[in-house]
Amino acid sequence: MLDAAPAFVAFERVQKSYDGENLVVKDLNLSMPKGEFLTMLGPSGSGKTTCLMMLAGFETATHGDILLDGVSINNIPPHKRGIGMVFQNYALFPHMTVAENLSFPLEVRKIGKSDREQKVKRALDMVQMGDFAGRRPAQLSGGQQQRIALARALVFEPELVLMDEPLGALDKQLRETLQFEITNLAHDLGITTVYVTHDQTEALTMSDRVAVFDDGRIQQLAPPDELYEKPQNSFVAQFIGENNTLDGVIEEIKGNTCIVKLDSGEIIDAVPVNVTKVGERTKVSIRPERVEFNRDRLHDDAHTLKAEVLEFIYMGDIFRTRLRVAGTDEFIIKTRNAPDQTRLKPGEIIEIGWLAEDCRALDA
Amino acid sequence: MTEVLAADGRPLKASLNRALRRQKLRALALIAPLLIFILVSFVMPIADMLFRSVENDIVSDTLPRTVEALDAWDSASGETPDEAVFQALYTDMALATEYKSHTRLGSRLNYELTGVSSLFRKTGRRVKRFDTDVYADAFRDASPAYADAAQWAEWMDDDALRDALPRTADAYDGWAKMIVEVDNDVPAEEEPWDFVYTALYNDVMTGAEPPVAVDLSGVEPVSLREQFVEIDKDWLDPNVWQTIKIYSPKYTNGYFLNSVDLQKGPDGAEARPESERIYVVLFIRTMIMSLSIMGMCVLLGYPIAWLLANLPDRTSNLLMILVLLPFWTSLLVRTSAWKVLLQQQGVINDTLVWIGLVADGDRLQLINNQTGTIIAMTHILLPFMILPLYSVMKTIPPSYLRAAKSLGATDWTAFWRVYFPQSVPGIGAGCILVFILSIGYYITPELVGGTKGVFISNRIAYHISFSLNWGLAAALGSILLAVVLILYWVYDRIVGIDNVKLGG
Repeated sequence: MLDAAPAFVAFERVQKSYDGENLVVKDLNLSMPKGEFLTMLGPSGSGKTTCLMMLAGFETATHGDILLDGVSINNIPPHKRGIGMVFQNYALFPHMTVAENLSFPLEVRKIGKSDREQKVKRALDMVQMGDFAGRRPAQLSGGQQQRIALARALVFEPELVLMDEPLGALDKQLRETLQFEITNLAHDLGITTVYVTHDQTEALTMSDRVAVFDDGRIQQLAPPDELYEKPQNSFVAQFIGENNTLDGVIEEIKGNTCIVKLDSGEIIDAVPVNVTKVGERTKVSIRPERVEFNRDRLHDDAHTLKAEVLEFIYMGDIFRTRLRVAGTDEFIIKTRNAPDQTRLKPGEIIEIGWLAEDCRALDA
Repeated sequence: MTEVLAADGRPLKASLNRALRRQKLRALALIAPLLIFILVSFVMPIADMLFRSVENDIVSDTLPRTVEALDAWDSASGETPDEAVFQALYTDMALATEYKSHTRLGSRLNYELTGVSSLFRKTGRRVKRFDTDVYADAFRDASPAYADAAQWAEWMDDDALRDALPRTADAYDGWAKMIVEVDNDVPAEEEPWDFVYTALYNDVMTGAEPPVAVDLSGVEPVSLREQFVEIDKDWLDPNVWQTIKIYSPKYTNGYFLNSVDLQKGPDGAEARPESERIYVVLFIRTMIMSLSIMGMCVLLGYPIAWLLANLPDRTSNLLMILVLLPFWTSLLVRTSAWKVLLQQQGVINDTLVWIGLVADGDRLQLINNQTGTIIAMTHILLPFMILPLYSVMKTIPPSYLRAAKSLGATDWTAFWRVYFPQSVPGIGAGCILVFILSIGYYITPELVGGTKGVFISNRIAYHISFSLNWGLAAALGSILLAVVLILYWVYDRIVGIDNVKLGG
């Protein structure tokens, strides 16, 4: 697996505090192999941007080491780190043309003029902006500016590129196109990328691995599918995708299944994730699309719950149905819009169930 | 193209105009007080100043006949004009004395030739006591009609007679006008004065027929030239006449020539004597010192503005108060404080001596020279540099510097290639502001500048309130205005006025 590869970027027990009283980043450990596309995902204030800034060199770690290719870069100033960076607001220099912007990192590296022009042209072609060399950033659209910012971060051929919410200011469609382009570019060039975002879709679609940040810690570091399907704690489960939670107490644990007694008194099956003993409080998490209300598709011995349909929402590709289950009115199920699909009506009483492995008993 | 009509059938454009008219009128009413204020207190004085710098009708208004008579005189000849000019001068002076305008003319011409003022005043005192009364007596003796005021008025109403006696008619008209305006009397009840009889005598002597026959053969002619020279022999000086002739047109460029150390000679502009050249030096000094002050303000203001824009809010607010603090103190107080600090026995010199950097014997001369002016004015104008700089810097996101550094630029390169170019509009705005303010500054150079550190504005103030040569002051002011406008234009061409930002 990726973890086995030698670390290209590593955070070792890194801590960061701005005021000497509160830790913004608490004991961060992370290692990335070369060529990986890693996304730092988390709500604002979770410490993800601080981590990026420490890596770029604009913030210094209060404690711990940051290693780049095995060398500690704590005391190397940002301009000597050779890390490409794409900023949230692009930070294209408004007084320079596109070509001058791209030429800037080459000029400060004292690269010859003809070489420079060649590289600038290649970088512009790479992002399909070859015709815009003479324009000023203000004459470009947001998406074009983003492409130029990307080209500028790549033109001096850095091995590591950092991106700080680069698509945050763009509209949805453009964002999706650029997500695709950025990942392709990163993989084609074989560069290591650290990408910061608070948009989980972006994180899931683009990354090799996603680090979910909260409260200054990495809550889970995993590939997108694992993150979505096997959240390690209730924060991750809540944060990634839509999720139904039911509160209860562990009744019985046997191997990799357990029985949870919900607060409403009902019994359900679940996979114990970070619960260890009987009697512990737990939040049970089930994805809306894994909930089944067709009795035929469930195991015979599966526990089921009674549910009342409260609302049926037609969303085109899927149906979204809100149920009252075990005392909560916010239980959501999603079903695919297929010809044979049942359309539930408000007021109907149905029975719902799920496979025990889809239902994860997490910390309360 | 067909005209678009509104719902009621009127043209849409007319409807729109009507709908907007009320709004426009209201907007105009709102700015009307300011508009009127600016018009009255700013535009009109400037126009008046520009006009004053070329206006020169005092000579031709006061000495109309002399100016006319001088037409025939060749100013380059080096000779005194002939009797005809003195005759004209006699009439003019006799009238001017009554109007008391001869002293004003004297002071006006005194700017151009020293001594003319006293010459005119002296002449004014004695012009009525000329020996020309012999003419009047001769006419009155010849016929009582010449002593009859009513008769005179009747004669002067007769066009044929007026044509026959042009000098007399002219002199009588001038006299009659003066009698009405100055004495508030009726000319038909007053006997004409000596100069009218003199004019009549001159007319008769050149062959004209008097209204009543007179035998003037027994009258000894009075040389008016002699009469004037008796008062002051300066009337023989061709320079006096030259000055009068040169400054006789209604408009003159004399003030402007004077402003650039030239003077009007018989053959046009010529350089002033070395000892009288001051204005060009003063203009250049004003420019250089304003530029130095501007440069000092950039050097001192830039780092402060940077701090203001980049420190945390709490600290930068405190700093901002310190920057604005001088505005809460009177300009006079601040300047006087510099006097205390800079003088030879002042705080700064005392400190330097105490530290041992300067020997007690040769304390630094920091005031009453250019150094003093530059120090004090830099301090006073510094906020005008800091504030536009700050407001521009505030709009430069810190991410640009970070981006530059992440791209491999050192701190200095990042600043110089990325931050500085973006702050140039602020520098431009600050420089224009400081330069234009300092070029016309008056009070501070006056107080701390001594003789070496004064600006052109101090000279203008001097001419306005002491020498009362408003024309020269106006010309100097106009040149100053022109210089500022030219510099503004040059700046626009080089930097582009669109690149000037006061923020936003």
